[in-house]
Amino acid sequence: MSHSHLLHTSFVPTAPPSLRRRIGGGSHLPRKPHLIQSKIREIFMPALSSTMTEGKIVSWVKSEGDKLAKGESVVVVESDKADMDVESFYDGYLAAIIVDEGLSAAVGSTIALLAETEEEIALAQSKKSSSPASPSAAGSNDAPVVLEEMPSPVPASAPVVASVSSNAGAVGSAVHPASEGGKRVVASPYAKKLAKDLGVDLKGIVGSGPNGRVVAKDVEAALAAVNVGGGAATTAAEVAKPSGVELGSVVPFTTMQSAVSRNMVESLAVPTFRVGYTFTTDALDALYKKIKSKGVTMTALLAKATALALVQHPVVNSSCRDGKSFTYNSHINVAVAVAIDGGLITPVLQDADKIDIYSLSRKWKELVDKARAKQLQPQEYNLGTFTLSNLGMFGVDRFDAILPPGTGAIMAVGASEPTLVGTKDGRIGLKTQMQVNVTADHRVIYGADLAAFLQTLAKIIEDPKDLTL
Amino acid sequence: MQSAISLSLSSPSLIARSSAANDTCPSPLRSLRFCGLRREAFGAGASSAATSLRLASFNSRSQHSNLNGVFAALKGNGAPSSSGFDYDLVIIGAGVGGHGAALHAVEKGLKTAIIEGDVVGGTCVNRGCVPSKALLAVSGRMRELQNEQHMKSFGLQVAAAGYDRQKVADHANNLASKIRSNLTNSMKALGVDILTGFGTILGPQKLKFGKGDSGDKIITAKDIIVATGSVPLVPKGIEVDGKTVITSDHALKLESVPQWIAIVGSGYIGLEFSDVYTALGSEVTFIEALDQIMPGFDPEIGKLAQRVLVNPRKIDSYTGVFASKITPAKDGKPVQIELIDAKTKEPKETLEVDAALIATGRAPFTEGLGLENINVQTQRGFVPVDERMRVIDANGKLVPHLYCIGDANGKMMLAHAASAQGISVVEQVTGNDHVLNHLSIPAACFTHPEISMVGLTEPQAREKAEKEGFEVSIAKTSFKANTKALAENEGEGMAKLIYRPDNGEILGVHIFGLHAADLIHEASNAIAMGTRIQDIKFAVHAHPTLSEVLDELFKSAKVKLTAPKTVAKAVPV
Repeated sequence: MSHSHLLHTSFVPTAPPSLRRRIGGGSHLPRKPHLIQSKIREIFMPALSSTMTEGKIVSWVKSEGDKLAKGESVVVVESDKADMDVESFYDGYLAAIIVDEGLSAAVGSTIALLAETEEEIALAQSKKSSSPASPSAAGSNDAPVVLEEMPSPVPASAPVVASVSSNAGAVGSAVHPASEGGKRVVASPYAKKLAKDLGVDLKGIVGSGPNGRVVAKDVEAALAAVNVGGGAATTAAEVAKPSGVELGSVVPFTTMQSAVSRNMVESLAVPTFRVGYTFTTDALDALYKKIKSKGVTMTALLAKATALALVQHPVVNSSCRDGKSFTYNSHINVAVAVAIDGGLITPVLQDADKIDIYSLSRKWKELVDKARAKQLQPQEYNLGTFTLSNLGMFGVDRFDAILPPGTGAIMAVGASEPTLVGTKDGRIGLKTQMQVNVTADHRVIYGADLAAFLQTLAKIIEDPKDLTL
Repeated sequence: MQSAISLSLSSPSLIARSSAANDTCPSPLRSLRFCGLRREAFGAGASSAATSLRLASFNSRSQHSNLNGVFAALKGNGAPSSSGFDYDLVIIGAGVGGHGAALHAVEKGLKTAIIEGDVVGGTCVNRGCVPSKALLAVSGRMRELQNEQHMKSFGLQVAAAGYDRQKVADHANNLASKIRSNLTNSMKALGVDILTGFGTILGPQKLKFGKGDSGDKIITAKDIIVATGSVPLVPKGIEVDGKTVITSDHALKLESVPQWIAIVGSGYIGLEFSDVYTALGSEVTFIEALDQIMPGFDPEIGKLAQRVLVNPRKIDSYTGVFASKITPAKDGKPVQIELIDAKTKEPKETLEVDAALIATGRAPFTEGLGLENINVQTQRGFVPVDERMRVIDANGKLVPHLYCIGDANGKMMLAHAASAQGISVVEQVTGNDHVLNHLSIPAACFTHPEISMVGLTEPQAREKAEKEGFEVSIAKTSFKANTKALAENEGEGMAKLIYRPDNGEILGVHIFGLHAADLIHEASNAIAMGTRIQDIKFAVHAHPTLSEVLDELFKSAKVKLTAPKTVAKAVPV
């Protein structure tokens, strides 16, 4: 803590050893004498989105008896799409946990009790035993994780802040004491290098190295989690049944999977049709090779190209909200589907037509990492106006995507592969080609619209010099 | 016959040769040259039996000196030639510089003593180039064995390579003791008196040695050489505990291999240690005060070296910053390093690492030498000397009969430079005026691959050219075109020649690549001997060898001379 001021922050490292040690032995922290007025506050399940009716406790960051500081994370709650850290608005002690990890609770229901002083812990616990929920759990979770608490008399919909640090139970131990609760990333040289090369944002990663430092294997684990089929680094709550599926069992959807299911059914109400096109990508590949070292990813290049084509075809960027009208979107926000452990999410590259390719690539990395850590904010996955779905990296040469409700079109991108083609002058040659297939809402977007859009996109991809402007 | 000769010389030369294992200690050079001379002298006309030859060699040597190892060991090294002094020459400090001077002095017939206050061999042998070469030999192999791609390209399959830290450390330590005893024996064999204790100059031609108590002995000498060397420089604010905040002295003992080590200073010491540590699995952070890492190397070489030695390895760096405060790990807290901007001095960042190695350079070790007794003021600790290593006093006057060589004078802090300076001094005191050309002294950094250089860097050469009004040209060759390098799958590297196109003078040569440290000597010898490119380009190199990199380099230089003046005449053989 003495070093926190050296780091020029008022932030006190979250779980210093001294605090953790107290669990058993109680006392000795000088308490402010003027805090005499005693209070036991209830911690409610917060509403993390407008559609959320209940939330699942991913993990308790704090254990019963732990001291909490205002602004510290207390619990990680899973909502429809993201895991959020919920932080405390009060100083005090986590007196009793009412809803254990892995269980769900309705928004607004009490999930824990917060005592203002140590003496009141016992009182709070007796109060808890009178309430229905189950006991136990907590004490065991002394993994020194970050987090904050969210005490509060604040009603459920109160401003809950998703914290910077990642979800709890992950691999490692404590957050690095020098990381200022996640504001500063402490990562080893190789971890940094690897993160840069692999396009992983170090910010969401919980370190497993000495003092909670992020080391190479944490970065690799993070990447594995981003990639489809990637294993491991999920939240504590979900570790139970990660990739190994128990045959013969019925496993209920997670909140995210439920949300996907709802959306898929809803999509059936939209009359869609499909148009395919084949691009020659030699020039794009060459460009990619050239600027890859600057951190540019193929996803960002495709998003950029798509956005530039959409500028010329606003109708393809429109949607039909009420069955009676076109909604022409003022922004071109390209959503890109990302498989994450246990589901699928579509982080959005906002204003992809206006942002330069390098910033766009950086933004993408940040989004992917957040998605992996289930920390995307609603505006980061909700505002898409056009969606890209790319399975090319798995060798898929063509497929067909379902249109996400609320948008006008989605483009399915296949692998870029060397192909023998005949040219107009009667020769045959080898070219790298990529097939795309656009699914669109025919109420607003017609075949000719898509055809024109694809022609424009083909021009951009086959002569990609504008992408780097 | 030849072999008989070398046998007869075996006692001194074997010693010298085994110490050749140590890179920069030039004693072997001298001894080898000595062997060569002998061979020339006797090999030519000799047709008699081996025994008579051996006799001849003994005789001829004892004629003009007491140099013969066997005889000298029995007799001591004679009486001082000038009366009234205990010794002709006393050298304070038995590092590589002192050792080189002592051997040469004995060869020249001087009664010589050397004062050692610590251990024979000094920094180079005990805490520097020698043990570090042992560690680098290990790191080179580890690096190769760990490089799956590299092994596969040879068709080799290697299971996971591992190492035993203690045994690696032992290897370094054993090498140091071996070289140390070689050095000691070579001096004993020649009859150099080894005096133990700290030497202090009391006045002109007079000094004492001992533990600094009443048991000190006073001796006189016609000439005195100060060769006290240097110690690691630890900037203020840095607390060295020898465990988590260390200098090269500690690092060479390899008592631990930290997961993450910060190396303060990215010169050749830091660079070599980064090679060792990363090969053994550590991750490294460089902290460099200048704007780029690896200052001091030719910029082009530095850039390439960075691409090969830094970027692909587990290394990151902070440049343009000072480590203003370093606190060792304690109470469960890691090592803390506070960085400030090198220019504005504003705090920048605090690093927390497992260990920190201070490789910011070396400070001269000249305290307690008694320099005040002869009115000499050190400059930042260095003893001021002229180009002949003669010590200059506070009034700018030369102090008669007093010389200073090696790190203590700061001219060129390299073991072999110290030795060369020592030999130069001995030449002077025995009546041959001699000025050492420092531009001909090569330097090497034993990373994998190695970096070596001699003479000027390109910016230095261009600056000089500007001032003196001549033209500078650059020639370059790549290791990629070299058969031997390709056979080793080590095509990464380049050699660079900086020269004057008008007269073919070699201004500098820089090599980055496989065995660069061994390759540089063709260039350094050429500079030392004044050989011009138009001459050396006709020298023949064995094929296929790495030396062809230099062959090609010289051949690619374009000297604007009409006709090479020294083409050998065709002689039928």
